[in-house]
Amino acid sequence: MERNLTLIALFAALIAALGLVPKLTLMSGVPISAQSLGIMLCGTVLGAKRGALAVLLFLALVALGLPLLAGGRGGIGVFSGVTMGYLIGFPVAAFVTGLLAQTWRDRGGFVFPAVAALIGGVIVLNVLGIIGMSIKLDKTLLEASLLATPFVPGDILKCVLAGLITQGLLKARPGLAQA
Amino acid sequence: MISLTSERRTPYHSWPAGPKLLGLSAFTLAIFYMNGIALSAAVMGAVIAAYLVGGLAFAREGLRFLRPVLVFVAIILVWHLAVGRVAEGVVIVLRLLAAIAAANLVTLTTRMEDMLDVIQRTLAKIGVPPATRRRFALSVALVVRFTPVLVQKGGLLVEAWRARTVKRPGWRLVLPFALLAIDDAEQTAEALKARGGVM
Repeated sequence: MERNLTLIALFAALIAALGLVPKLTLMSGVPISAQSLGIMLCGTVLGAKRGALAVLLFLALVALGLPLLAGGRGGIGVFSGVTMGYLIGFPVAAFVTGLLAQTWRDRGGFVFPAVAALIGGVIVLNVLGIIGMSIKLDKTLLEASLLATPFVPGDILKCVLAGLITQGLLKARPGLAQA
Repeated sequence: MISLTSERRTPYHSWPAGPKLLGLSAFTLAIFYMNGIALSAAVMGAVIAAYLVGGLAFAREGLRFLRPVLVFVAIILVWHLAVGRVAEGVVIVLRLLAAIAAANLVTLTTRMEDMLDVIQRTLAKIGVPPATRRRFALSVALVVRFTPVLVQKGGLLVEAWRARTVKRPGWRLVLPFALLAIDDAEQTAEALKARGGVM
């Protein structure tokens, strides 16, 4: 009980910290926010339920008015903004990623958590994000998806990193996967 | 941790948080069905006026909050200029800006504790058991406490990296960073248990 609660809280803090730590560029030249990597890790490390709860807790604090989103954004306004589909998609992405990662846990390696992150953290997240943009900007889904495409290469790179980091974390703390 | 609530006192600061949030919901919903350039401009004007009630400096603070949206505003305007439906683009932009600015106004003028209060009361009303509510409150407190701690520890990791190489700190730091968070979680769980645990 206590352990699940503190893991959820600390991963919510980790998502926030990943967006705030200065100058942590994932790839030289290409500015990629480490924050969505945190969302993926919530799923791959904590699993579906705890992962989604950690992301929800993080979003609750953003809504309460803490500047925790990458670039120091926050407040209720971000849920009215263009990227609100992505914010709503964050917990769903963590849940789907976690569900797949849990199912494939026994197989080990970095490929399976990376694929889980790809399906949950990129495909599911972008579908919801693009729907959100198309509503907010009054555009067709195709037009809205054009706005999302520049970020896809970075997202795919992040999946590989999420896989590698998850493999390392589970090796360093084997008891982590147990609820 | 510093929340986004404005230091500059406005009349809105003393308004209760619950009705403010209800009003915002109604406003956001209404805006979604808003059409026509005159109406959008009038609504945007009303939002600007609402900011000006708090003074010029306060309005400027609100303007700064809109900066991240400006990229999208530019994209939309250029797009609609290209396809020749400028009026439609202007309505979309005004609708977007009015909705975000109104929400920011609530964030800027409501203390985080008051927001938390509204959430707790709503959770109670919809029948969430007290134990769950207490756990939620504890989790919020833990995140507020541990985010600056983690940011500081992350900063130390970056410094340690810089002391050893001229390469830029990158993704390799995320693994030890996440480990720090996990170990903090385990220790805090032990500490909570030692003090009687979470009810």
